[in-house]
Amino acid sequence: MNAVNISLQCPMPKFDFDVITMGHGSGGLLTHRLLQSGVFDLLSNDLLNQQHDGASFHLNGNLAFSTDSYVVSPVFFPGGNIGDLAVNGTVNDLAMCGAKAKYLSLGFIIEEGLTMAEFWKVLVSIKEAAAKADVKIVTGDTKVVERGKGDKIFINTSGIGYIHPKAAIHHGNIRSGDKIIVSGNIATHGMAIMSVRQGLEFETDIETDSTNLNHTVLALIEEFGNDIKFMRDPTRGGVASVLNEIAELTQLGYHLDQNALPVDDRVDAACEMLGLDPLYVANEGLFMAVVSKASADHFLATLKKDINGTNACIIGEVSDQYPGKVTMRSRIGGTRIVSYLTGEQLPRIC
Amino acid sequence: MKYLSEYRDPEMVEVFIREIHRITTRPWTLMEICGGQTHSLVKNGILDMLPKEINMVHGPGCPVCVTSISVIDEAIHLAKQPGTVLCSFGDMLRVPGSAKSLLEVKAEGADVRILYSPLEAVQLAKDNPGKQVVFFAVGFETTAPANALSVIQADHLRLNNYSILASHVLVPPAMEAILGDEENRIDAFLAAGHVCTIMGMEEYYPIVEKYKCPIVVTGFEPVDLLQGILMAVQQLEAGIYKLENQYSRSVQREGNKMAIETIAEVFDVGDRAWRGLGNIPQSGYEVNERYRKYNARVKFNLDLPAAEENKDCISGDIMKGLKKPRQCPNFGTRCVPEHPLGAPMVSSEGACAAYFHYSHSSAQEPVSVS
Repeated sequence: MNAVNISLQCPMPKFDFDVITMGHGSGGLLTHRLLQSGVFDLLSNDLLNQQHDGASFHLNGNLAFSTDSYVVSPVFFPGGNIGDLAVNGTVNDLAMCGAKAKYLSLGFIIEEGLTMAEFWKVLVSIKEAAAKADVKIVTGDTKVVERGKGDKIFINTSGIGYIHPKAAIHHGNIRSGDKIIVSGNIATHGMAIMSVRQGLEFETDIETDSTNLNHTVLALIEEFGNDIKFMRDPTRGGVASVLNEIAELTQLGYHLDQNALPVDDRVDAACEMLGLDPLYVANEGLFMAVVSKASADHFLATLKKDINGTNACIIGEVSDQYPGKVTMRSRIGGTRIVSYLTGEQLPRIC
Repeated sequence: MKYLSEYRDPEMVEVFIREIHRITTRPWTLMEICGGQTHSLVKNGILDMLPKEINMVHGPGCPVCVTSISVIDEAIHLAKQPGTVLCSFGDMLRVPGSAKSLLEVKAEGADVRILYSPLEAVQLAKDNPGKQVVFFAVGFETTAPANALSVIQADHLRLNNYSILASHVLVPPAMEAILGDEENRIDAFLAAGHVCTIMGMEEYYPIVEKYKCPIVVTGFEPVDLLQGILMAVQQLEAGIYKLENQYSRSVQREGNKMAIETIAEVFDVGDRAWRGLGNIPQSGYEVNERYRKYNARVKFNLDLPAAEENKDCISGDIMKGLKKPRQCPNFGTRCVPEHPLGAPMVSSEGACAAYFHYSHSSAQEPVSVS
């Protein structure tokens, strides 16, 4: 997905420096050269090319607007990097509102010393992810902080998009009997990151599942409309945290079946080894939906035909039992509470 | 996953559950030693599958829970020293000391790092000759070999900037302390499979004989635990007591010889204060005389005043099996994982955390909703 061959696909322009320096964030000549020598060309579109302080445009209709900051460590990880993550994350946040992302803003906070090659690699990923999601980057900002004040590169993206007229995504629409569906294997992204985190490196070929979900989701909304009661991409905190949030908001019970949870064997093994529960591990190219009981099977069959939904599953259902709680039937038939994650999931001791 | 899925097989679970129900005629109190076993019991909903006569109480086998508040204070003191890197297993960071936790002093700027292995700390010391690297070496017999190995390796590399703050605890003396308590009501033990993988089974024969108490060395998966429970109940119902090994796929009677030798090379056995259980003679490891330059207590002349445990935390009664987490008046109210009064609410192995995270708050004990 992110097989970036820098030399062939997007030749890196010749920069004055090998690394980002404080001067590149000064707003002066170096900033100008950095942007002119490739960034504008790479992300080129009619609005960005105006090179104004902001993008001016006209929009009409129901809109969704979202923002997110990306601080992932390490910046490069199996199957992706912070660049495509920053585009997909905001595109997906809008998709979860039933909206198709149209324009994005892009803000960089770069730590002094980031190599130009790394910066370029991130930019190329941004370009590719934006093209795939069919979204334009129309305005941006670059700041540089002293070495030690950041972690290579942080990115903020904000996005705006039209809400699909048939979308009726609100937790207030959830009813007892509705089905809980995930679009694919859970915990994949979190474990891909974990496998390369300093001090935790383990040998695996797990890759992030980070991708744009807007085309998939908008097609589902077009077909199933208000039978889709709720959608969320369970990023930080994982599936368990999202379910706890809506359980609290709706005061309904959310009952999962552990046997139905789709987890890749390699991810499951890595979680086992590190003592982590896949339900709390971060996801990226994944969404969770609550769908009316009547449409759930049809919804699942349709989703499974989509490239982003081949491993989709019904993982549980909403009920009146245990209002405000998430429960799970264990593999062996016992039942337990699935609570909020407290703090960070820390590696266990033995 | 091979060697795991077989031990999570619902059909096997049902066979064992049925057999335990069939043979149980009287009330029995069983203690599982290890916090990992406690979590597996609660997380898989096993407690509510057992006959009501079987009362599972949760033992002291959570290294984070039993590390005394004074030792946490020592770690925090070291972490605050300029030029010092304090390395620890992740679980220890949230445990409150007398004033703060390591997580809080980390947020205030102390260099506290979470590592998976003490050998990474040795590497860190090698790479940073200008810093003092201290590894917070907690745990039972399971983590002792790797911690000892780190000292041997640091010595081999002639590192002058590596030391360990050892707070190792040993299972058999704790079992004896529990059995010797006049309020004891434990009928049988499920011993900790991983501890016995290292140390073997020899130490447990005298305990079985002295206290006439069945001990079954048990694993951690649902089928392991149920088989261990069944073996213990079979002994109790037959009126016999012996040492048995359910976890034979991992545990040899003589243990892991190389690991035991590594421990003996670096550590001496000595008295140790346990959080909640008090001082237990000959129940911990301390760095021996030969390797004293790697002992952080010696190196940094640690002599902090003894800290008092939080009196509102009943962790001692819980770890002795006298009370269950929900019998604590502060459970889930004043004591929650974000603001714990004591370690059992923090650690991923702690009994209170297991009940808080996995069992129904509306019930006295976990109940089934199906």
